[in-house]
Amino acid sequence: MNHGTALLWKRRALSSLSATRRGLPKEKMTENGVMSRAKVLTIDTINPTVKKVEYAVRGPIVQRAVELERELSQGMKKPFAEVIKANIGDAHAMGQQPITFFRQVLALCSYPELLSDNTFPEDAKSRACRILQSCGGHSMGSYSASQGIDSVRKDVARYIERRDGGVPCDPDDIYLTTGASDGIVTMLKLLVSGEGATRTGVMISIPQYPLYSAALAELGAVQINYYLNEDKCWSMDIPELQRALDEAREYCNPRALCIINPGNPTGQVQSRECIEDVIRFAAKERLFLMADEVYQDNVYADGCQFHSFKKVLFEMGPEYSETVELASFHSTSKCYMGECGFRGGYMEIINMDNEVKAQLTKLVSVRLCPPVPGQALMDLVVNPPQPGEPSYDSFIKERTATLSALAEKAKLTEQVLNTVQGISCNPVQGAMYSFPRITIPEKAVKEATEQGQQPDMFYCMKMLEETGICLVPGSGFGQKDGTYHFRMTILPPTDKLKILLDKVKEFHQKFTQQYS
Amino acid sequence: MLSWSRRASLPAPGRHRGRIPEWHTETRTDIRTVLQQAVGAGPPHAACWDEAGTGAGGAQPPELSAMFRTPEAVVVSSPRKFFHIYPTRADKKNKTGSSGVRLLILLASRASQIEKELSQGVRKPYKELIDVCWCDPHSVGVKPLTFVRQVLAACVYPQLMKSHELPLDVRQRAQWLLGRCDGGSVGSYNAQPCIPEIIEKVSEFTTRRDGGVPSYPENIFISTGSQWDILNVLVNSEASPKTGVLTPAPCHVTSMMSITALGAAAVPYYLTEEQGWTLQVEELQRALESAKGVCNPVALYVINPGNPAGLVQSRKSMQEVIRFASEKRLFLLADEVYQDFVYGENREFVSYKRVLAEMGPPYSDTVELVSFHSTSKGFMGECGMRGGYVELVNLDPAVQKHIFKLISKSSCTPVLAQMALDLMVNPPQPGDPSYPLYNQTQHIKNMLAQNVKTTHEVLNSLPGVISQPVEGGAFVFPRVFLPPKAIQKEEGMQPDTFYCVRLLEETGVLCCPGSEFEQKEGTYHIRYNLTYTSHCHIKIHLTTFHTKFMKDFS
Repeated sequence: MNHGTALLWKRRALSSLSATRRGLPKEKMTENGVMSRAKVLTIDTINPTVKKVEYAVRGPIVQRAVELERELSQGMKKPFAEVIKANIGDAHAMGQQPITFFRQVLALCSYPELLSDNTFPEDAKSRACRILQSCGGHSMGSYSASQGIDSVRKDVARYIERRDGGVPCDPDDIYLTTGASDGIVTMLKLLVSGEGATRTGVMISIPQYPLYSAALAELGAVQINYYLNEDKCWSMDIPELQRALDEAREYCNPRALCIINPGNPTGQVQSRECIEDVIRFAAKERLFLMADEVYQDNVYADGCQFHSFKKVLFEMGPEYSETVELASFHSTSKCYMGECGFRGGYMEIINMDNEVKAQLTKLVSVRLCPPVPGQALMDLVVNPPQPGEPSYDSFIKERTATLSALAEKAKLTEQVLNTVQGISCNPVQGAMYSFPRITIPEKAVKEATEQGQQPDMFYCMKMLEETGICLVPGSGFGQKDGTYHFRMTILPPTDKLKILLDKVKEFHQKFTQQYS
Repeated sequence: MLSWSRRASLPAPGRHRGRIPEWHTETRTDIRTVLQQAVGAGPPHAACWDEAGTGAGGAQPPELSAMFRTPEAVVVSSPRKFFHIYPTRADKKNKTGSSGVRLLILLASRASQIEKELSQGVRKPYKELIDVCWCDPHSVGVKPLTFVRQVLAACVYPQLMKSHELPLDVRQRAQWLLGRCDGGSVGSYNAQPCIPEIIEKVSEFTTRRDGGVPSYPENIFISTGSQWDILNVLVNSEASPKTGVLTPAPCHVTSMMSITALGAAAVPYYLTEEQGWTLQVEELQRALESAKGVCNPVALYVINPGNPAGLVQSRKSMQEVIRFASEKRLFLLADEVYQDFVYGENREFVSYKRVLAEMGPPYSDTVELVSFHSTSKGFMGECGMRGGYVELVNLDPAVQKHIFKLISKSSCTPVLAQMALDLMVNPPQPGDPSYPLYNQTQHIKNMLAQNVKTTHEVLNSLPGVISQPVEGGAFVFPRVFLPPKAIQKEEGMQPDTFYCVRLLEETGVLCCPGSEFEQKEGTYHIRYNLTYTSHCHIKIHLTTFHTKFMKDFS
């Protein structure tokens, strides 16, 4: 953990220290009496869209958590021994072990001299050679094609075909990205246009992953909220989509519909029927579909299964499969690998107009290329060890261990949270989070409002101060008015998760008592 | 340094090293035919890049526009599609680049096709394709630094640290770096978007580099490769008139595209070629005035050492620039990614931050400056890692808060890239086990200096070519005085593009035409990269080709 310099970030966030150090920013007279210049860039002259951006996952709670860690490390007394950051889906930070095979191949690619080291299995070596072959000068240090390394895109295409039961996939439709976020933002950039009532509107679920709202704010697009149905396990309702769309048509030009499946933060896994309905809706309303499918391997609940939008689209026949435009996103950060730090990902683009695709290719070329180690890792994820290869058994063992532990933790979280009066938690069918609804007493709501805070922010901040548990308040994701939630990852190791859940339970009871 | 679609189909640019080719004139085909075949001949409607509107595209005859299109763009779109994001309707912000992209794609597609043909055994007057378009050192044979790769491998696969085959300092550094990652894994996002201890190292590095000028970690932001996104705070894409950025001409294409992509307008100021591409304040003044009524210039972008122009600015010149920026209330953007590449005698790299600090008040505490650096350039040459940083000076703290927010939003910079940055700013020191080997950077430096020297001599020995001394950077950008016949010949294609196309066809050498970098009207240049490890072939190719070209068209 980064105790020592945590202060830096607080300072940066507040930025007041550096200001005094530089003796600025006020205007002042120089010796010859000339007024020295004011800043070119001030809060009033910056790009106004930037000011609207908010990103709750790294908001004030996280900043405070980092500060608390530092205080602990300095020996300050707290009611807890450590800060548990259950705010972000950062698997390795929570102790999940990387897949050995992936790391072996990446080490070989980083330092190819290791290829002569006999401790590495042969399949790791041959995979590393294959990746290096497709890098310029056989080095991961060369730029790749802007769209991504050819051979990796081909492997991704084959993976998608396997996953979707043979639905064809063209490597030309694959763009490798810097994590899924990069792909999502790039697609949104392409979609946003118009002014005033013709400004592009983008439909996003509420609750949503704040990347979407932040990107839309930055692009100056119109965010169109559609609410997931909490009473029906956060499912998507077509009438609700219709309502949101019809209302939005009054003031913007809705062009895209974003879906996160399995859901973040809500953990629902969409049924096949639901996906079909959404596709029909998109076709009828002429909407571009954006399917965030980064949790596709994270499905735990009995009877739930991941269906890719692409597969369902193609099984609906040419009426849909040849017309509905779809971008689907995947990443190396989630599932069983949890390799967030590599920023690997891809998007598949279906039915996109060719001229637009050329624009997209141009747009991605501005950032030259996605990080090559991330591309290499993406290749390994879509092309893991095969039966008969030396690393196959250990790979399967590690993958199964991680996924079954996650399934167990999903169940455990739901069960424990539902034993608490005033907390109700939908089943965590998939992804990596629980998003329980919490009852906040009137008195607490009042006190929060007086402090200018969202009640669930108030709640989470209190929890952090008293228990060291760092969660994200539901208000950071959006929620129905008058309801309160928090997002908590299910990633901590089982024994730690149990303690964490008990502490949450205890806190909630205490909090409720205190404010009633 | 760009990677257009050519790379999309190029497995490993320039990695083959062939013999010096014989000259087979019978394989030469009419350039137009070749190109048409290469890029596919579609219906002659406007090329999709045209709407970007920097002008060069618009004047072309339709068949040429068709020629310049990417293969994808030529496919007739399905009439069943009901939702097109036509370029004309798409947000103007996305219309990055322009003719530059189009022409590079044209050359690039052809180059990939040539490489494919060569691999299929098609007879050509040359045996290999030599790509000197971009600065991508590893792809052209520069070896990664051993220390860097050992540390990265150990971070990726910590079991390696148990083996004593890795030097002690490598193991120690890897241990230290992993200790900075949440969960001790390079696979975590980390609580903060950039690792604070690495930022501190960067800060110590700039302090050291700048002779003690203080640097504050809270002013440094690590980001993914191109750091232009940070400038989102500067540019309101919806503003009218547009936000303007004074941009050097010549200027490398990525910057121009990034500026356009942000929704700003690039206002060119011309460097004085005859005086070794120096930057004149009078020209800045002219450029600023030229923007009147067109856009609202708020920033001045400088590249030092230059790209593609190989100048290294003197302190005096930098002081003038700073005074100008101060007087005209311009925000300074200093692209200093080639700071390690300085060869000119009596030339040294001095950072803008240092000069600014040394000028004292009122400049040192008012002029707003952003300095860029990256792991892609310098001796490390780790382009594929996509790591870089910006250091901000004199920014309004309230604005900086928003920059922090923008950075946090993008999860994190790839952790390996952050580590590579640490290794760049904090290399092995004398006495460390890895130090003797790390001195391989000296070989790279020698190679570059040698390349600069011989290239300069060869170019200036050619009739009709004048190359200014290359003091720094990774490129040579000679002026080519093309014969009138060659200028008339090309019918709409820029003369230097025509030159580069022929060079590619006849010798397999891929250079960038100067017209992609904003050059003075009526002048023609080519840019080529100096990090290529075996330069002798290129020189022979260039000499033979150029002599013949001049003869053919005189």
